[in-house]
Amino acid sequence: MADSFSINDEMSGRRKFLVAATSVAGGIAGAAIATPFLLSMMPSERAKAAGAPVEVDISKLEPGMLLMVEWRGKVVWVLNRTPEMLESLVKVEDQLADPNSDKKQQPDYAKNRTRSIKPEFLVVEGVCTHLGCSPVFRKDVAPADLGSDWLGGFFCPCHGSKFDLAGRVYKHVPAPTNLVVPPHVYLSDSRLLIGSESEGAV
Amino acid sequence: MSNLFNSMIAWIDKRFPLTSNWKAHLSEYYAPKNFNFWYFFGSLALLVLVNQLLTGIFLTMNYKPDASQAFASVEYIMRDVDYGWLIRYMHSTGASMFFVVVYLHMFRGMMYGSYRKPRELLWLIGMVIFFVLMSLAFTGYILPWGQMSYWGAQVIVSMFGAIPSIGEILQQWLLGDFTLSDAALNRFFAYHVVTLPLVLLVLVFVHILALHETGSNNPDGIEIKENKNPANGIPVDGIPFHPYYTVKDIVGVVVFLIVFCGIIFFAPEMGGYFLEYNNFIPANTLQTPDHIAPVWYFTPYYSMLRAVTVNFLGVDAKLWGVILMAGSVVIFCFLPWLDRSPVKSIRYKGPYFKVALTLFVISFFVLGWLGTKSPTPLYTLLAQIFTVIYFAFFILMPWYSKIDKTKPEPKRLKE
Repeated sequence: MADSFSINDEMSGRRKFLVAATSVAGGIAGAAIATPFLLSMMPSERAKAAGAPVEVDISKLEPGMLLMVEWRGKVVWVLNRTPEMLESLVKVEDQLADPNSDKKQQPDYAKNRTRSIKPEFLVVEGVCTHLGCSPVFRKDVAPADLGSDWLGGFFCPCHGSKFDLAGRVYKHVPAPTNLVVPPHVYLSDSRLLIGSESEGAV
Repeated sequence: MSNLFNSMIAWIDKRFPLTSNWKAHLSEYYAPKNFNFWYFFGSLALLVLVNQLLTGIFLTMNYKPDASQAFASVEYIMRDVDYGWLIRYMHSTGASMFFVVVYLHMFRGMMYGSYRKPRELLWLIGMVIFFVLMSLAFTGYILPWGQMSYWGAQVIVSMFGAIPSIGEILQQWLLGDFTLSDAALNRFFAYHVVTLPLVLLVLVFVHILALHETGSNNPDGIEIKENKNPANGIPVDGIPFHPYYTVKDIVGVVVFLIVFCGIIFFAPEMGGYFLEYNNFIPANTLQTPDHIAPVWYFTPYYSMLRAVTVNFLGVDAKLWGVILMAGSVVIFCFLPWLDRSPVKSIRYKGPYFKVALTLFVISFFVLGWLGTKSPTPLYTLLAQIFTVIYFAFFILMPWYSKIDKTKPEPKRLKE
């Protein structure tokens, strides 16, 4: 028994080649059989098919009010901003990390100061760009917990990230980027379509 | 009768190494004679493991891993299943107590240098067990599909999204969907009840095999195998594990069970630390609770995750947080090579190590406390300071353990 496994004598030439070839073939077979199992864990066809655009009626959304809409399992906020809220966007700009929205977190038609198509209506995903919590809408000015220079915005209770009323991220918070503006289009003055950029998509 | 028993054992021994294993691992496994209080927690961890396995099996009989039914099925177990409340509280309390005994078990190793040569591999196997235990706790906490289940999972899974370039696709692969949904709940159930328990059992077995190869360390940190009785080859400072330590461990088990039952019957939620209040609200995918925090055993790492608020070295704060959080756990694996002290046990180590270990324990508790609180500028600053202390314990160890003024180790264990 012992000498049939003595490596020095036998592991040369042909046997060495056969061991290596069998190992490689076995490794390839292992990877091949693992592939379908690993791919079975990707989003299924049903999950991919879900996620149609959502139509929202914004005619009853008073200035200062926030509407929550579910789209693709995520929350999308529609905020009707008052003139004071729009003024605050200018005042906070020196405290923001990306005031001009240079990072691609929005469609091109929302790359402006208000990050919106219509200045008063903000349409933004309510998902913190840090670790996916949903920030809280804090429109109260200068509350005790957020400091005297707080002019309203969104505060993430999980890790303390702060965003202004255009979903732009403050400096020195854990979140790296502004909130995501989803594709959206106005079908009329009162009808907003979230999840599509063309009026004919529905 | 005893003759029949003996011949039965002899029959088995010819076909299976029963008596030889009994001797090798129990009746003739020689452990140091000076085990103290800190040596209860290994066997207690085994006890909690058995508790989790047994209660877990009975919970799966009534639980439904379906996003629309999970929350209600847990309430069904609590209210309508006979003794369902007891089985669930044994399982949920067991989860927290698992971390209590494992943290004390790890602290024992840090005090007495149990990670040092020749037990490096034993320590590393233990660390893998700890990672699996954390995964089990995480996947288990998702199952009730309450508010904390949902948003806790959201945060942890989003951490994978912070990994550059592959983050997003990895996140989808983990979730089986583009958002946290039924698909994820269903697969986390599979991990929690099949994959991870199997891996854990194998690792615990391997951990004990490795322990019995090197032999146990002890509070003096000297090797009892270096001083054997020449007549029989038994370490002079060793006593057989059975009956000496099996009997000692039974005392530990009784005391532990008194505490365990006290929690189950009188404070199963432990003031919101074992079962969080927000998890009695069904998951709402549109709204994060005003205050979210992980269960107590994850809060030190959670504090470090959110401690970094500035980008530096070209890496953004979000990724730094994830790196620090992962690093704070993984760094334990390097202890065997960071410690350069000539002695193992804290009994013979000098003041530097004692101060460093004390500061480390304080920072662990402070970070743990901060992790249960909402982030304010002051708390964030405190978290940053104590994160630095936490890591300094490890990173500076090669230096302070080397220059420390140690005492000479004894040749024999003290009585």
